[in-house]
Amino acid sequence: MSSAEKFDIIVVGAGPAGTTAAYVLARAGVKVLLVERGTYPGAKNVFGGILYTPVLNRLIPDFWEEAPVERHIKGVKIFLISEKNAISIGVESEEHNEPPYNNSFTVHRSQFDSWYAKKAQEAGAMLVTDTVVDDLLWEGNKVVGVKARGGDGEVYADVVIVADGVNSLLAEKAGLRKGFKPRQVSLGIKEVIELPRRKIEERFGLSGNEGVELKYMAGDATKGIWGGGNIYTNLDTVSVVTWTCLDPLAASRYKAPDIMEHFKEHPFVRNYIRGGKTVEYQAHLAPDGGYDFTPKYYTGGLLVAGDAARFLNASIHYEGTNFAMASGEAAGKTVLEARKTADYSEKSLSRYQKLLNESFVMKDLKRYRKMNRFAEAYPEFFDGYFDAITQMAADYFTVKEIPKRTQEWQMIKDFRKNLRKGSKSKFPVLGFIWKSLKGAISFL
Amino acid sequence: MKTDDKLALDLFHIDKEPHIQVDHEKCRACPHKLCTYVCPAQNYTLNGENDIAFSWEGCLECGTCRIVCDREAITWEYPRGGYGISYKY
Repeated sequence: MSSAEKFDIIVVGAGPAGTTAAYVLARAGVKVLLVERGTYPGAKNVFGGILYTPVLNRLIPDFWEEAPVERHIKGVKIFLISEKNAISIGVESEEHNEPPYNNSFTVHRSQFDSWYAKKAQEAGAMLVTDTVVDDLLWEGNKVVGVKARGGDGEVYADVVIVADGVNSLLAEKAGLRKGFKPRQVSLGIKEVIELPRRKIEERFGLSGNEGVELKYMAGDATKGIWGGGNIYTNLDTVSVVTWTCLDPLAASRYKAPDIMEHFKEHPFVRNYIRGGKTVEYQAHLAPDGGYDFTPKYYTGGLLVAGDAARFLNASIHYEGTNFAMASGEAAGKTVLEARKTADYSEKSLSRYQKLLNESFVMKDLKRYRKMNRFAEAYPEFFDGYFDAITQMAADYFTVKEIPKRTQEWQMIKDFRKNLRKGSKSKFPVLGFIWKSLKGAISFL
Repeated sequence: MKTDDKLALDLFHIDKEPHIQVDHEKCRACPHKLCTYVCPAQNYTLNGENDIAFSWEGCLECGTCRIVCDREAITWEYPRGGYGISYKY
């Protein structure tokens, strides 16, 4: 990039948020520069496994016919596991086997992000890879460009859209937020494991391009640390993921890679991946803690989108890509509106906030914030309580030569005893009911 | 499976200069040395009783060390363009 070059808009980061913004703008005839630090888009990007696509399918209808998707996700199986017992609930639908496939697809990010950035290029955006943006250029209190690493790295634009991922050194340098506390992020570790296509279909009950997600909620999946484990089916690989909130992970003094090994070897996990060969090891942070930690995400000449703005639904749904694309589109629309009056002040760009507030992005972030507080306040819920609940379920179905009524009384007595192990409460059952109610309310 | 064996599966373009600087003096005074626990690549290891040995070659660029370090001992940047981890999947 030569010095004193000027674009209408610079987008930093060619992930789902940045590329969506670049695509929306380029399509409208705006001169866009999309800057990516990897050798190709996706080279640095990690997610659990599902690309959520309602926004994408509106922008590029029937994208799955040309995009490199692996499997569409027809259902999810949720597990609560302890060391020896498990409860699982599955939800799936035949309707999810029809377009738009419940807007859920497994993809490999190196392939998908590259394809998506190519769509932005075809629409007219200029993509530059292998380029790290180290800082923003300011004029007064307004961002007017970026400083890329290396000699003549200064490039100017009316607006810079920062979509440089969860660590967003740029959002931090812009003073929009402080450095993270461990409570505000989760560490995700992922192994891509190769298995023959037929074996995946047999083990997970799939045919054709059907896929499923197995979701293990905390408990023994993560040694009782707030987080979870997942298995996602790709075509001829499965993605095995563990994620743990960094604060309790650090407090536990477990070594992070050991959580993944523990999960893979767990009796309720290992049979799904038996005989598989790990072909890649990945790690990445994810924003955690929801709305309470949402930073300021715009200022004069600057919009922040995707993980960089901490837009991720950290709940049972855990939708990140969807939030990324929705915020990228909102950023693009905000710029298009601002261009009408050539006003890129903070006030003019505040339209971004309005668009996000009206969309599911802010509504969901706000809704689930209580759940995050609940998880923080009652760690026992995801550890000792899981032991008690899964033990009770196993006891209920145990076959013995005693009347079922007697067995059920024993089960309840044992449940009480097991709850006491999980919390120091004087009235363990009452405490359990109270916390369950609180948990349910926090979720609603 | 050992972490080193997993990292051997990944594609790295290793720069001559590290993108992370560790201030070993500050590490010596650190009571918790959390980086040695939370780094998913186990790039921080204990050398003897109190010293931190650090290697950046297998860095997955996740940023975890930067967040748990409360001693301001880590100066963390992204690797130069084209260097570092390149995920295939």
